[in-house]
Amino acid sequence: MGLTFAEKILAQYANEEETVPGQIVTVKPDHLLTHDNTAAIIQKIPDELTTYGIASTELPIIVIDHVVPAASEKTALNHKNIRDFVSKHHIKHFYDVGEGICHQVVVEKGLALPGKILLGSDSHTCSYGAVGAFSSGIDRTEAAALLLTGKTWLKVPQSIKINLENSLSTGVFAKDLILHIIGDISASGATYCSVEYHGDVEQLSIEDRFTIANMGVEMGAKNSVFFVDDKTKQYLLQREIKENAYTPVYADTDASYEQTLSYDLTDVVPMIAKPHTVDNVAPANSLQDIDIQQGLIGTCTNGRLSDLKIAADILKGKQVHRNVRLLVLPASKTILQEALDQGIIQILVKAGAMILPPGCGPCLGAHQGVLSPGERCLSTANRNFKGRMGSKDAEIYLGSPATVAASVITGHITDPREVMN
Amino acid sequence: MVWKYGDDINTDMLFPGKYTYTCSTPEEIKPHLLEDLDASFATNVKQGDIIFAGKNFGCGSSREQPVVGLKAVGIKAVIAKSFARIFYRSAINQGLLLIESSEAVEAYSKGDQVTVDADQGIITVGDQQFRFPQLPLEIIAIQQAGGLLPYVRETLKKQK
Repeated sequence: MGLTFAEKILAQYANEEETVPGQIVTVKPDHLLTHDNTAAIIQKIPDELTTYGIASTELPIIVIDHVVPAASEKTALNHKNIRDFVSKHHIKHFYDVGEGICHQVVVEKGLALPGKILLGSDSHTCSYGAVGAFSSGIDRTEAAALLLTGKTWLKVPQSIKINLENSLSTGVFAKDLILHIIGDISASGATYCSVEYHGDVEQLSIEDRFTIANMGVEMGAKNSVFFVDDKTKQYLLQREIKENAYTPVYADTDASYEQTLSYDLTDVVPMIAKPHTVDNVAPANSLQDIDIQQGLIGTCTNGRLSDLKIAADILKGKQVHRNVRLLVLPASKTILQEALDQGIIQILVKAGAMILPPGCGPCLGAHQGVLSPGERCLSTANRNFKGRMGSKDAEIYLGSPATVAASVITGHITDPREVMN
Repeated sequence: MVWKYGDDINTDMLFPGKYTYTCSTPEEIKPHLLEDLDASFATNVKQGDIIFAGKNFGCGSSREQPVVGLKAVGIKAVIAKSFARIFYRSAINQGLLLIESSEAVEAYSKGDQVTVDADQGIITVGDQQFRFPQLPLEIIAIQQAGGLLPYVRETLKKQK
């Protein structure tokens, strides 16, 4: 019997011929990602860091992105403690405030590569499956342990095969597809599983694949992976990573899956996740009477150049509705720079957008555009949990960048196909 | 005392994200536990209490404050139909007992006496008993050490 992607890569890292679901293996990940929570992580192990040091200066990737620039004395002190730690332990991969959201920065810097294992104390670490890596979220305590030892245990997951057939229609995007899938299999439908995408995936750009892989955790997945193809290689080459820098891992054709699901992409329409769970989905055109007070385009799900570009295409020459605030957060400094070079930012600002610094922004309700009771936000983020963006009496709806752009013009949830011509 | 909640209880309900970078010690976490889900929890929870929940308990963020907080207030066990993966792992790391048992969750009605015997792997709900399986040996070793960091400290000391 052949192996799935997860079974094969975990076997390689555990020096085993093969692995089976449920087996526990010990692995040394290539990288450990931590962000602002690095401050709390190192506070757990000050004596151990002094006595034993860190496992390797190459292992950690630290990106300060969640509350940037610092919003309070406390967060400023956290940032300072992280910088002191980085300097003291000669951490090689450190990116300070303003560089961007960790999941975008890791990829731009060529730290997530096909056939590698990355663990991170952030639930959206599963994003790197977009380029054929095995990546998964862990908590702060485990990140502390990994800093010291460089290894951890993983349970080999069951795998789910998702076959994508045909292509998305005009006005329908990767975000709509993943909301469609999560709506179908539920917020717990892939719990503990490796979700492996097959079929007509070559049409999806790497940015599309990031959006889809990023939301794997919203159906409970351990990891979420696309197999390496010419598009992946090209994408990495543009970041000066040559093919000999990595060895892709592919599932065997006779691998055994717990479930196989198929989706015809021509069936997918612009989708919205309604409050307060990501699987509570409905077509955008069925929610036209829902007015909004804030639109958010950005986050680790949809803050990439293609996302900003489609928003600018829709908002060009238009105005954001007078009752709506539009916040735009490029996912990284590089993306911000490209969006400036291409005139995208100018279009967005002219239409009435506020541009926030590259980072997580208001997605987790810490700063920069939190919601008051009774307000509604339509966001391109990955979570709409109650209270996530501030008040527990606010509502968060999720959609694609095109849907948000269309909706901030009308002031209510709008199917982007109505304004795209 | 027994607390009962539904499906898909996420980490924002267990501990709001807005406090993630300002509260990390048990004392800072406790007053905000379950703040947006059940405002009475933080003031009324007692040592030895048990939580029942539906499927996908702890879904969402990797933040560990919910687990640290539930452990700190003395929750004896969380019994749910299923748990989200990072939350489950986090509970092992903190030494908080999680038990997957749809049968026990279904059997519970308000007022039932509930006890958990972790060594024997038995939950008693009213006059019904439910067995739950032991965890793999690798995980038991972490639990026996008192959580992941004590376990790592022991390992590092031995290696030195």
